[in-house]
Amino acid sequence: MGEPATKDVLSLDELEVAGQLRTGRKHILSILVENKPGVLTRIAGLFARRGFNIDTLAVGPTADEKISRITLTLDGAKHPIDQVTKQLHKLVNVIKIRDLEPQDTLSRELALFKISADDSGRAEVMQICEIFRAKIVDVSRRSVVVEVTGTCDKVDAFERLVRPFGLVEMGRTGEIAIARGRGET
Amino acid sequence: MRAVDALMECLKAEGAEVVFGLPGGANLPTYDAFCDAGIRHILVRHEAGGGHAAEGYAKATGRVGVALATSGPGATNLVTPICDAMMDSVPVVFITGQVRTELLGTDGFQEADTIGITMPIAKHSFLIQQPLELPRSIHEAFHIARTGRPGPVVVDIPQDLSRAAITYEPVSDVRLPGYQPTTEGNQKQIRLAAKALANSRRPVIYAGGGVVCGEAGTELIEFATADRFPVTCTVMGLGAFPAPHEQWLGMLGMHGTRSANYAIDEADLICAIGARFDDRVTGQLTEFAPRAKFIHIDIDPAEISKNVPAHIPIVGDARNILPRLTAAYRALAPDPARLEGWWSRIRAWQQRHPLRYDDSADSEIKPQFMIEALYEATAGEAIVTSDVGQHQMWTAQYFHFSRPRQWINSGGLGTMGFGLPAAMGAKVGRPDQTVVCIAGDGSVQMNAQELATCVQEGIAIKVFVMNNGYLGMVRQWQELFWDGRYSHVETGPWPDLVKLAQAHGATGMRCADKRTLVTDFKEALAIDGPVLVDVRVTREENTFPMIPAGKPARDMVG
Repeated sequence: MGEPATKDVLSLDELEVAGQLRTGRKHILSILVENKPGVLTRIAGLFARRGFNIDTLAVGPTADEKISRITLTLDGAKHPIDQVTKQLHKLVNVIKIRDLEPQDTLSRELALFKISADDSGRAEVMQICEIFRAKIVDVSRRSVVVEVTGTCDKVDAFERLVRPFGLVEMGRTGEIAIARGRGET
Repeated sequence: MRAVDALMECLKAEGAEVVFGLPGGANLPTYDAFCDAGIRHILVRHEAGGGHAAEGYAKATGRVGVALATSGPGATNLVTPICDAMMDSVPVVFITGQVRTELLGTDGFQEADTIGITMPIAKHSFLIQQPLELPRSIHEAFHIARTGRPGPVVVDIPQDLSRAAITYEPVSDVRLPGYQPTTEGNQKQIRLAAKALANSRRPVIYAGGGVVCGEAGTELIEFATADRFPVTCTVMGLGAFPAPHEQWLGMLGMHGTRSANYAIDEADLICAIGARFDDRVTGQLTEFAPRAKFIHIDIDPAEISKNVPAHIPIVGDARNILPRLTAAYRALAPDPARLEGWWSRIRAWQQRHPLRYDDSADSEIKPQFMIEALYEATAGEAIVTSDVGQHQMWTAQYFHFSRPRQWINSGGLGTMGFGLPAAMGAKVGRPDQTVVCIAGDGSVQMNAQELATCVQEGIAIKVFVMNNGYLGMVRQWQELFWDGRYSHVETGPWPDLVKLAQAHGATGMRCADKRTLVTDFKEALAIDGPVLVDVRVTREENTFPMIPAGKPARDMVG
């Protein structure tokens, strides 16, 4: 077994697996899709049958009426993100996928909280709202409804703080995101 | 013209010379259009038969197959062929009727949510919502089915829309912004792969169905013989590399040869081409090719690192990539002598562990002998389809396929009942060739009704049933892994297959003596028209060698 005649020797041991499979962080995928019936079903179905868990999902129009944007977050510790994006790309109606870099991305979520707040607790709830720049949008004798916008982490933090007062209900939209600067998301 | 007349024009423009189908209420307009369309329509007896026939046609010819069904039960009968085509990357366009738009969502008569049902098992699907969309959707369906990684596309047409009058304008382009398959292959990656191959001492080429559907057989031979690379193929890839070749190791995987599986086990570099590391190939994934680095060439980027992490991925068309890889490899002029040690190890395995069976001393027909006899009787030239089970694996082992598209079977989904209708479709597509179906007595009954179609249409397929009166593969697993507790695997001698053939108007024959088997087979092959041969084989023969499910290749038994 002689030495190979090539001067440019490559040791097979040096070869490494291309691409990172599991990143261990939260990923925000911004997906541009054709605005056609059934597209969301295709995406949801794909996630279900491949065993990927969607953490949040938000769908809405874009500047182009033929195209919708789906913003989807998922956990890169549980899923190989490159598999998720490659499988998504196979859907004919999916035009573009961006796995947004956290430091170059603005993300926001809207949440509504209905919190138990009678005379004794209301002032304290209002104080927390002020710190979070949350808006009280409805008040009754025994409860308030608060609107909060911010990153997912901020909304989580708000939830933790108001939970002890008695959280009657809450609704969250899931994050939407856009890239910073001039470039397209 | 009516939308359905435009549909006919589209089919003709796409070169669809034949369609397989069965009419019903919701696709009556389409069938009316067939009266004047000048397209050959083959009336099947069950939509599943039509679907598999379209697959057989596509696999034998490389062209897009077309299958039609009505709404509801017609469409649900197509579910198995659609899924089968998805798993094996077969280009087929399935056109289904749907209830009138005003009935959609009301549980109307023969209504089924065909798009919803088939969404996870189709490459793409179209629900026609405006009659004007129909022509473009048909062209897009053909385009999607045949390009990139081929696959099934479903077009569902509500009955009222198919009758609507439209102004037909031929469509010459497709607009699919989200569908741009990569075909080129990155040159830098190709050079890196060539370098890795030049530095490997124990390389193996592992080729799959992608080489067949990518029409890259010649390119594969060129590449493999650029040096003395050992070659193994998956069950889908058989024929991509000629079996009678000194670099051929045989099939790999669960019922592959020991030499192929041991070579994979000891390889330092595996070059996978159009193969997807299926569990029937890898066995226990963590112990698959533990010493190897992987080059993975595939047109579907999602296959890269899906099961086995790829060190050098190359996304693109094998037919495009392989010549460039061959050239890049030749330019490095590696010393072929470095593979000598590897080959002497492989030759030792081949000598010690050839495929073998204990032949009978009397007239008894061993199933492996039956395949060898058929190989001899057809001079190894026939197109062979099969069902799924022991007979499929014995065919893969003992029929030495020499060219792509010669071997047509259901590998991914493992569909019993695939072989007979697939043979019908293959014969329609390649009337110049002898087409034989090797079936089991269990599986042949799953689509035997298509014999009537063959007789009516004069499609002269030859069906050879390996009859052991058992669901043989399941029986084998019960014997080996379930303490021999046979549970519902014995089918007995029913039906009388000779009479079954005759009842359909085909010729029925029975063979039970190995001494005359080759002559009997030749006789059957010479008959003009469809023939079914009931071959009585050893009842409890096992398919060996075998890697038990979930075990590593080293633990092969038998």
